[in-house]
Amino acid sequence: MRTSAGRIFALIVKELLTMFRDPKGRVILIVPPIMQMVVFAFAATLEVKNISVVIYNQDTGSHGAEIVHRLAGSPAFTDITFVDRNEAIRPAIDQQKAIAAISIPQDFSRDIEAGRAARLQVILDGRRSNAAQIVNGYITTIITAYGNEIEAVRGTTQPSIRIDGRNWFNENLLYRWFTLPSLVGILAMMIALVVTSLSVARERELGTFDQLLVSPLMPLEILVGKTIPAVIIGIAEGLLIWTVAITAFGIPFKGSFLLLLFALFIFIMATVGTGLFISAISKTQQQAVLGTFIFMVPAVTLSGYTAPVENMPLWLQKVTYLNPLKYFLITLKGLFLKDMSFHDVWTNTWPLLIIGGLTMFLAGWFFTKRLE
Amino acid sequence: MRRLTALIRKETRQILRDPSTFLIAFLQPLILLFIFGYGVNLDSNKIRIGLVVEDNTPDTASLVRAFTNSRFLEVRLGQDRREFEHDLVIGHIRGIVVIPQDFSIDMALQTGAVNLQVIADGAEPNIASFVQNYTFGVVQVWLQHEAEDRGQSAAALPIRVLPRFWYNAELKSRNFLVPGSIAIIMTLIGTMLTALVISREWERGTMESMMATPVTITQILLGKLIPYFVMGIGSMTLCTLVCTLVYDVPFRGTYPALLAATSVFLLAALGQGLLISSVAKDQFVASQIALMAAFLPALMLSGFIFEIHSMPRPIQLLTHVFAVRYFVTSLQTLFLTGNVWPLLIHCMAAMLVISMVFFALTTRKTKKRLDA
Repeated sequence: MRTSAGRIFALIVKELLTMFRDPKGRVILIVPPIMQMVVFAFAATLEVKNISVVIYNQDTGSHGAEIVHRLAGSPAFTDITFVDRNEAIRPAIDQQKAIAAISIPQDFSRDIEAGRAARLQVILDGRRSNAAQIVNGYITTIITAYGNEIEAVRGTTQPSIRIDGRNWFNENLLYRWFTLPSLVGILAMMIALVVTSLSVARERELGTFDQLLVSPLMPLEILVGKTIPAVIIGIAEGLLIWTVAITAFGIPFKGSFLLLLFALFIFIMATVGTGLFISAISKTQQQAVLGTFIFMVPAVTLSGYTAPVENMPLWLQKVTYLNPLKYFLITLKGLFLKDMSFHDVWTNTWPLLIIGGLTMFLAGWFFTKRLE
Repeated sequence: MRRLTALIRKETRQILRDPSTFLIAFLQPLILLFIFGYGVNLDSNKIRIGLVVEDNTPDTASLVRAFTNSRFLEVRLGQDRREFEHDLVIGHIRGIVVIPQDFSIDMALQTGAVNLQVIADGAEPNIASFVQNYTFGVVQVWLQHEAEDRGQSAAALPIRVLPRFWYNAELKSRNFLVPGSIAIIMTLIGTMLTALVISREWERGTMESMMATPVTITQILLGKLIPYFVMGIGSMTLCTLVCTLVYDVPFRGTYPALLAATSVFLLAALGQGLLISSVAKDQFVASQIALMAAFLPALMLSGFIFEIHSMPRPIQLLTHVFAVRYFVTSLQTLFLTGNVWPLLIHCMAAMLVISMVFFALTTRKTKKRLDA
């Protein structure tokens, strides 16, 4: 008879072998994460670029022309269309040919020359209100700068304040610096979940689970033997994406690698616990797939990745305390960009220990209850 | 025809008797709408910032009031920026605004070099750009008030930008996110559910018994399609009701136009599901393909959250392959703008072409043969 550790080791070897010998399984472990990473890294951006605007310039003076010139010169506005009727603005916005329309009135230059406040109308597509607000910010900045210059020339400078805007941790607000660190957590979670939640369900459906049960392995040993391979794969996946992020995408990593490893390990434990729990309560593969899905969509949506947690209603913010991904994303962004200290990492890691412990316990309980 | 109705009756009965299809079609949309409706909010209504006042004079006191009265900012006051640096690292605040020591003196002397420093948390790029924009806004408004107090009225600013956000004047991101999320839900129902259910028939061998009957392959496909189509329309109705009644999203289009757009989209989604199931013939593989080829594109490449125009060119081209992109645009337009026919017809035509391609491929792929 082998010892308990020996039996568990044998099961781990068996698990890893079944995963890698099955060509379909291999493909699923490797291809989707890489594809997702590429698509997410390039597509997932809330930055606003390649902006299309419509300009209706009724002004014949120099100021209107100068503003048009400056807008055209800005790299953000790549597509500028001129219209000569007010009625042409609505269809352009309605049909999403442009996100903004700038209307310069007839007496624009005359007002400026006369020292009256000139008005400039900007119409924005509220169907895309987030992008529209950012576009409005760009336009306002360009025009305000021009206004300040006019005043400087006139010598009538009103008190003005220069705002020295800086963005710490990510000076140019590159969205990719936000996306890729988050992906380390999201993709590692997806893989660890799929591997664990399906492994038991598939064995059950194929009937090989009964073979495991008649082996000398104790239920707890089966649980441990299922956990460890999934943890290994989850960590490997996380490190793979971490490597690609800093090498291929040039994302800075300012924090400590050991801290990353520590937090990743505990996060994956919590994820695997959840996966085993889903596995323990589902009877078929289909149920396991659906269960994984039902956990994954809210976990990603309520993690601060798609939208900041602080924008949610207060009661929903409380719900996110149960979401392991939420904690880990704070740690990841902290370690990549902010050189977070051990103390701050720990603040966002101990809740994962509780989540992991609880799910593992529940999984074990359901598991043994099912067997008896 | 008689055979077709018999098939439809069989499929309908199958749907009605299988509780899991019902859960996916009606319970899941509610859960997802709930999560997207409350969890995904891009409006940073109250951003927490730290305001460092190094210079305590009546002048700065009024600027501080301007900040604390802003409805977009939640301000914490301090004397030294070091108090806030750690808060910025752990994400308790998203920006630090510093009113420097010589602020009032510089203002009084009009040296032209009055600086205000804004430090935003670049690890959250979207929030950071809002911190910069809001600070800019507060300062501009404050300057104007100061000028007015001193009796220099409207001339204070040579150019005034008057932004107007059409179709979503209150700038609620929920108004465009919730209609967009309906497109994701319909993708799940159309593609994921059909792919899973039909691949189960292949896996269990019930497809073989269908082939032994005299029905043609077109009849089998139609027999599958029609009941799921009806179910899709049913769940669309549910989503629209929740959207307008619970979330107060306006609906400015007409219901026939909504029905038309939904029908065309459902054709494409069901077609994709059919194709996936006849390629995969195995539930696990089918669910993975559906996740990769339908769900993720719906989330990432549809313009639901991330602006398509801001993506790199190759990815922008890729988005045209997915019908969901056109459905998101149609829904956002129907809900917020109205029946913009040129845009709607363009979208529907594109979805129709995509669905034709799927059906052509499916009929080629599905032969009445068992070896394929």
